[in-house]
Amino acid sequence: MFITKLVEIFNEYKGEKGAVIPILQKVQDKLGYLSQEVISEIAKFSRMSETEVFGVASFYAQFRFTRCGDHVIRVCLGTACHVSGGERILDEVTRELGVSPGETTEDYKFSLERVACLGCCALAPVMVVDKTVYTKMKLPKVRGVLQTYGENK
Amino acid sequence: MGKINRTSKKRYIVHVCLGTGCISGGSLNIYKSLKQQVDSLKIKNVLINFTGCHGFCQRGPIVDIEPGGIFYSEVKEEDVTDIVQQHLKKGKFVDRLFYRHPSTGETIPCSRDIPFYSRQQRIILRNCGHINPENIGDYLAVGGYESLKKVLTEMTPEQVISEISSSGLRGRGGAGFLTGLKWDLCHRSPGNEKYIICNADEGDPGAFMDRSILEADPHSVLEGMLIGAYAIGANQGYIYCRAEYPLALERLRIALRQMEEHGFLGNDILGSGFNFHIKIKEGAGAFVCGEETALIASIEGKRGMPRTRPPFPAISGLWGKPTIINNVKTLASVPVIIAKGSNWYSGIGTEKSKGTVVFALTGKIANSGLVEVPMGIELRELIYEIGGGISGGRKFKAAQTGGPSGGCLPASMLNLPIDYESLADAGSIMGSGGMIVMDEDTCVVDIARYFLIFTQAESCGKCVPCRVGTRQMLIILERITKGDGVPGDVELLERLANTVKLGSLCGLGQTAPNPVLTTIRYFRSEYEEHINNKRCPALVCKELISFYILPEKCKGCRICFKNCPVGAISGGKKLIHVINHERCIKCGTCFDVCPKRFSAVVKVSGKQIKVPEKPIPISK
Repeated sequence: MFITKLVEIFNEYKGEKGAVIPILQKVQDKLGYLSQEVISEIAKFSRMSETEVFGVASFYAQFRFTRCGDHVIRVCLGTACHVSGGERILDEVTRELGVSPGETTEDYKFSLERVACLGCCALAPVMVVDKTVYTKMKLPKVRGVLQTYGENK
Repeated sequence: MGKINRTSKKRYIVHVCLGTGCISGGSLNIYKSLKQQVDSLKIKNVLINFTGCHGFCQRGPIVDIEPGGIFYSEVKEEDVTDIVQQHLKKGKFVDRLFYRHPSTGETIPCSRDIPFYSRQQRIILRNCGHINPENIGDYLAVGGYESLKKVLTEMTPEQVISEISSSGLRGRGGAGFLTGLKWDLCHRSPGNEKYIICNADEGDPGAFMDRSILEADPHSVLEGMLIGAYAIGANQGYIYCRAEYPLALERLRIALRQMEEHGFLGNDILGSGFNFHIKIKEGAGAFVCGEETALIASIEGKRGMPRTRPPFPAISGLWGKPTIINNVKTLASVPVIIAKGSNWYSGIGTEKSKGTVVFALTGKIANSGLVEVPMGIELRELIYEIGGGISGGRKFKAAQTGGPSGGCLPASMLNLPIDYESLADAGSIMGSGGMIVMDEDTCVVDIARYFLIFTQAESCGKCVPCRVGTRQMLIILERITKGDGVPGDVELLERLANTVKLGSLCGLGQTAPNPVLTTIRYFRSEYEEHINNKRCPALVCKELISFYILPEKCKGCRICFKNCPVGAISGGKKLIHVINHERCIKCGTCFDVCPKRFSAVVKVSGKQIKVPEKPIPISK
């Protein structure tokens, strides 16, 4: 039950001021995303209104409010990747999966995100699936990478 | 380059770079395999150690062997056997893994002789690539925490501040405020509850200096933070680090644990009566949180929005208490200044910009990586001597410093000395240390649009000129790159840019227009070419380019036909291939895959090439 997991997290932060962001981070880490019920529980614990908690959460790029896919694909669009064709790689992934950045495929297999710099600029352009980094990407390699994570669609 | 005494009994110490760049290139497997082979062969007197970022990311994965500083680059897992069998067992170097000078072809065995390293002056990065970041013993062996001891036992807070002030150290986060002055302000603020925050919320796309330092040498930063805390009178510190930096966070946590075990953290540190505690706060991904007051709001658990200053955080910051926020590189400089003295430090650099500056050199440069140079170095030396020039023999077009807040410096500025003042005069900023090099294949209008996409999305929305102005600027830039620009757009952009700069509260809005303004200043004709002739001279802007297959060069090999992701190419064996322009998405795959010896696919802008309508047989 998600409530017991929440209580465990809340106990860690009892009496600590300004702890709502670390709480949101831990909860997302455990549950995958922040549902409306979860936000409302966090609000009660933090003695804030639900709108305030959602206001904080929605300000930061890290927080998700919908379920994400089994595999998270991050295409780097840092400046080094941009000048080496990162946008073309993102276009290709978008085309292959049929979803835009920020979206998840219907079968919940893949979520697609764009990120600003993964820090391995010498290997640009770069994409990351879960924790595996694919470097010096070229368009024809995209399909192969996706196929290793199971057929899309 | 400090040799580590603790381990000098060993015949060889092997340092495998486990920075993010080299790990992405597979160095973790190299490290494991080295360990395994040395263990199974029972080779004695060899220590397989690892380090953080070595700096020369372009040639990663890097393996460095002491003694001698033998530098093996672009190492693959298959090479491990040779390193073990030749070098570690027989003492014979594996020559084929040496760095090869790109123009002379000469092999260079030691890192200190490679131009990329030999022209640097590493103060902030002094330990990066030389010590194991997860072992406090390595840091202690190179004199770590000696400055802290000196400060706690021999110096008053006032003396520390005066030492830092006379060194001339300026904040390395971007604005370049004098660190000593800031500390002094906070030290004098009344109250006994004060805070020091290490700003590691590095958000520039294409910048990885702070992350690399935290991954390679976390203790230097932490020691600097303790010295700062002692100087201002803080007992609690925070490290605000991006959550996207898992390795940096992990190494910080390990470092904090080891500090506690050694009595460098907690109550009554080293018996001095000074108490200090550090908490890590993970930034949740908002570029604006690099701004001091926004960062404070974020630590307090609020939306990370900046507020008006004064009061400055040094007077009223976190929870309304006096607070100092210093960048990672600023703090990492502090222990060296204490150890070697302010006279030594202020002897490096220029009149107003003292010390060294770290750049993450990336883009179309031969040697991507992390470099540290004295302030005042010419842009040309940085790009051509250290950076090895432009990759692929192309021509230099511009260098962007300061990320989305900075500007593009054109070829005419290659003689510019790099320091806070001259960069500001050129319309850019020093920033935190990102430097992206662009060649003639980079479109500056597209770059301006790219940075605006970023700043527009990251604007917190508090100030209307920033929120709405960046949006309007982006709309104009988008229409220019799509070929829908109208005369007057450039002037309109300039007017908007100046309004956004004037009417924004924080650094984000005040600097967001810089990439647009500098590209207009130095490359106005390129904007005009897009607007008036619907042509992208760098052949980048998708809507303004077309691909053609030249009938006289096409050999009918079908490679482009097979690789086109949308089936826009028709053709067959021994037939001249033709691109269907209605279907073409201009991804450039055909251009990339067409064998160099044919070079049949061309990219053009602002003109048409006459080609057959349908595939026809190749004429012999």
